[in-house]
Amino acid sequence: MSFLPYAAATLILLTGLYGVVTSRNLVHLVVCLTVAQSSTYVLLLAIGYRNRATAPIFSDVPRGTRAVDPVVQALTLTDIVVGVAVAALLLALAIDVQKKTGTLDPDELRTMHG
Amino acid sequence: MHVLVPLAVAVPLLAAAAIAAANQRMRPGVDDGVAIAAAAATAALCMLLVLRTGNRPVDVFFGGWRPRGGVALGIAFSVEPLSASLAALAAVLTAAALVFAWRSFADAGSLFHVLMLVFLAGMVAFALAGDLFTMFVFFELMGVAAFALTAYRSDSPGPLQGALNFAVTNSIAAFLILTGIGLLYGRTGALNLAQVGEALAHRRSDGLVVVAFCLLVVGFLVKAGVVPFHFWLSDAYAVAPIPVCVLLSGAMSDLGIHGIARVYWDVFSGPLAPHAEAVRLTLVVLGVASALVGAAMSFLEAGLKRMLAFVTISNAGVFLAGTALLTPRAFAGTSISVVAQGCLRGAIFLVLGTVVHRLERGDELTLHGRARPYVVTGAVFGLAVLGLAGLPPFGPFLGSALVTDAARRLGDGWLPPLVAAAVALSSASLLRAGGRVFLGLGTRDDPLLTRAQEEASAEEPETPVSGRPPLALTPAGALVAVGLALGVVPAVATHARVAAARFENRPAYAAEVLHGRKPAPAPRLEGYRPPAAGWAYGATSTAGALALAALGLYRPRLPLGLRRVAGRALGPPVAVLRTVHSGVVGDYVTWLAFGAAALGGIFVLTLR
Repeated sequence: MSFLPYAAATLILLTGLYGVVTSRNLVHLVVCLTVAQSSTYVLLLAIGYRNRATAPIFSDVPRGTRAVDPVVQALTLTDIVVGVAVAALLLALAIDVQKKTGTLDPDELRTMHG
Repeated sequence: MHVLVPLAVAVPLLAAAAIAAANQRMRPGVDDGVAIAAAAATAALCMLLVLRTGNRPVDVFFGGWRPRGGVALGIAFSVEPLSASLAALAAVLTAAALVFAWRSFADAGSLFHVLMLVFLAGMVAFALAGDLFTMFVFFELMGVAAFALTAYRSDSPGPLQGALNFAVTNSIAAFLILTGIGLLYGRTGALNLAQVGEALAHRRSDGLVVVAFCLLVVGFLVKAGVVPFHFWLSDAYAVAPIPVCVLLSGAMSDLGIHGIARVYWDVFSGPLAPHAEAVRLTLVVLGVASALVGAAMSFLEAGLKRMLAFVTISNAGVFLAGTALLTPRAFAGTSISVVAQGCLRGAIFLVLGTVVHRLERGDELTLHGRARPYVVTGAVFGLAVLGLAGLPPFGPFLGSALVTDAARRLGDGWLPPLVAAAVALSSASLLRAGGRVFLGLGTRDDPLLTRAQEEASAEEPETPVSGRPPLALTPAGALVAVGLALGVVPAVATHARVAAARFENRPAYAAEVLHGRKPAPAPRLEGYRPPAAGWAYGATSTAGALALAALGLYRPRLPLGLRRVAGRALGPPVAVLRTVHSGVVGDYVTWLAFGAAALGGIFVLTLR
């Protein structure tokens, strides 16, 4: 198998992390986090991929048809669900931050340090 | 027997669902009662599992998908005494925290109880999970519940900052874990811990194995709050409500270390066996660094909750060092310490919670002498802290005696003194705070200490005061009693050693899970008597804690010259330590990436 999907997943992860590290806006930060998360989708789907294979749904295809790995697809789906929950929670927190402090810049939200 | 395992997760989840469904339609107090009953039932189930899995671990495959021909497709729980005892710890702490919170978290309906029970279910299932993906799912579930609970007081910026930092760093940790799991699945086609371990066992370690190991370890280290992945922890624990802190500090941090032990022994111990020395050295050094940094930061802190957060970091470092010695004796000792110290730290949080609540301040200097009337509270606090410091015969003494013993047998005699120093320093900060708050000792002001934010400390304001104090002290006292009992009951050490030897025997575990082969009967072990080195460790760390606490209280009485020299020597490193705890999530993620890259580099160089 080609190494390209792995390289793509790594690149997406690093891009997302770079965004999280340099972000000056909490909404932007949450989006960058979901970008980083999507690297795991790419990786998982690439691991389960087979050439000339169909989706793993066996109701209307002849027996013995090649199918891609359903396990990684289940993992990806679970991961997406979890990711949505976390992103929703973080965005709700971002709304509260804006309401309480009037800013979305994480650097200005420093009540604790040292 | 088998039906108990799913029940331990289903009971808190179903109770949470029932409370959420009946939200607002119950008489006040009913939700508390149901939640406490569910947590107590979970605790009873988990304790039963600890007792009943001693001779043979229990493997549960949901839906009856048992392994055939060495292939395990089903979702698995794999229960042995050590993981079940962590689950029991989580359940006991939840019950104690809910009793403490009795009727004081009603402002969000019953949602607080729902989240606490979901958090508990996540922790129990994570501890018992027998395959990688189940571990990941419940790692995330406990994470999401914990993020929301940390932000419970979302009307001030502090909890929002703490919860954001917590959620962002821990989500990235989860991505790394999932990536590691994906790589392992791609290599072995399996998710079951035993099957992955079996598939990797007969090959040499290579790049993929090392990268997957690094990703999983880093993910769990973030959860455990080990240096340099610990920054989120002090922010989150400082702002979470007290009952949540009890769970975060008492159980969740330790589950991170447990995750590392689980994946190392069940999955990677085959291919990495020739490199065990490198794994040991790297993780022990990381643990000791964490123990020392956490201890130093706790000593510089006047805010009580943040101080306890740094104590948690320090203790987690000690646990990592003990686990990373990779011998059954050290792991048995660490497991005893984890449960005992989890109970004691929970008790300390509850005691401080009552003080903070009654006096409406959470800063050691502001509270100077103001808790003098609370004699019983102070006594419980003192006992819990001394137990944490390693005073015989509390559980942590027994645990650290076993670890000391194991380190000396390995020829790592340098480790126990360093760990004792870290434990003494972190316990000393708590003793110093107790001396100031409960006894009015020492100075009223100390420019060295970081003060707590007053808006963050004036918390839990709408709680009804009447009838609270006895309710709060009973669970704290009970937790201290558990911490003591673990060191006193004679069978604990023997059972822990047998369980640890099983835990670290990968081939037997794989045969048991995949082929249903009964493990060999446990060897007869004699009752454990701590050796002289163990007593020396306990005496040193306890006496050191008392001496350092006195130093913290009466520092200004030292001769001026001595203070100048100390200031010049310690000033710069202290300033650096303070600066890196910046409170900005971007910095924390940078540290996470740097730490992961550094650890990965070390592993790539040493583990192939």
